[in-house]
Amino acid sequence: MTATKPRIKLPESAKIGDVIEVKTLVTHVMETGHRKDKDGNPIARDIINTFIATFGDKEVFRAELGPGISANPYISFQMRVPGPGTFEFAWIDDSGTKTVELTTLNVI
Amino acid sequence: MAGETRMTVISRRTFIVSAAAGLAMSSALAALLTPHRADAGDASGERSALFDAEFKKLVGTIEPVEGKITVDLPEIAENGNFVPLTITVDSAMTADEYVRKIHLLSTNNPVARVATFHLSPANAVARVQSRMRLSKTQDVVVVAEMSNGALAIATTQVKVTIGGCGS
Repeated sequence: MTATKPRIKLPESAKIGDVIEVKTLVTHVMETGHRKDKDGNPIARDIINTFIATFGDKEVFRAELGPGISANPYISFQMRVPGPGTFEFAWIDDSGTKTVELTTLNVI
Repeated sequence: MAGETRMTVISRRTFIVSAAAGLAMSSALAALLTPHRADAGDASGERSALFDAEFKKLVGTIEPVEGKITVDLPEIAENGNFVPLTITVDSAMTADEYVRKIHLLSTNNPVARVATFHLSPANAVARVQSRMRLSKTQDVVVVAEMSNGALAIATTQVKVTIGGCGS
């Protein structure tokens, strides 16, 4: 599903206790299921329905998405840095495809 | 056709003049005035049955309070396929008091529930950003579920120039 690598934006570095903004963007059509093709046949729904962010094996954020989220879903959230670690971001779509991206946070 | 033209002219005169024109004329005028009012008025006030059902399911018997949620949405969205939004909930985000969930609802999209965001004290600040679709001018309703079970609500109207197709 995702030809393009998801994009993650973290601060260049962070200290323990800092509150950081985590920005994520994944390429996905987010087909609503309400549209028709040029022959009038309905186009099946295909959206990312779940986004999960874990940091050092602990879930820090989760989102359930509906067809009302724009194509190429952008999601950002905040997190207090508990220590050094790596984010695992996972996007799951209607066809069951799971896209996973790992990003290490530079804790100084 | 000619009669209609004449009525339009009359409608531009003072109300007293049109009232004096009699019962038949005033009902014709009312018919003329109704679409005019719809043009100028709050088209977003209407809420789909789907939204009502989803909202009822969400809040149950709890009365959500206003004032704890800040929603940044454009007043006018030129492209309904792509409406940026930022939701901030006023909360200490400690183990004792935090925001558990933020529900994003549209009052007039084909699907009312746009997203649900799950938070915890790990977030420290209850702020999320995303981009949503809006099929037409409508209210966007955000409901936040607090750790103590209380609910907060915020309603924001967005005027949509070109609707997000099918959202």
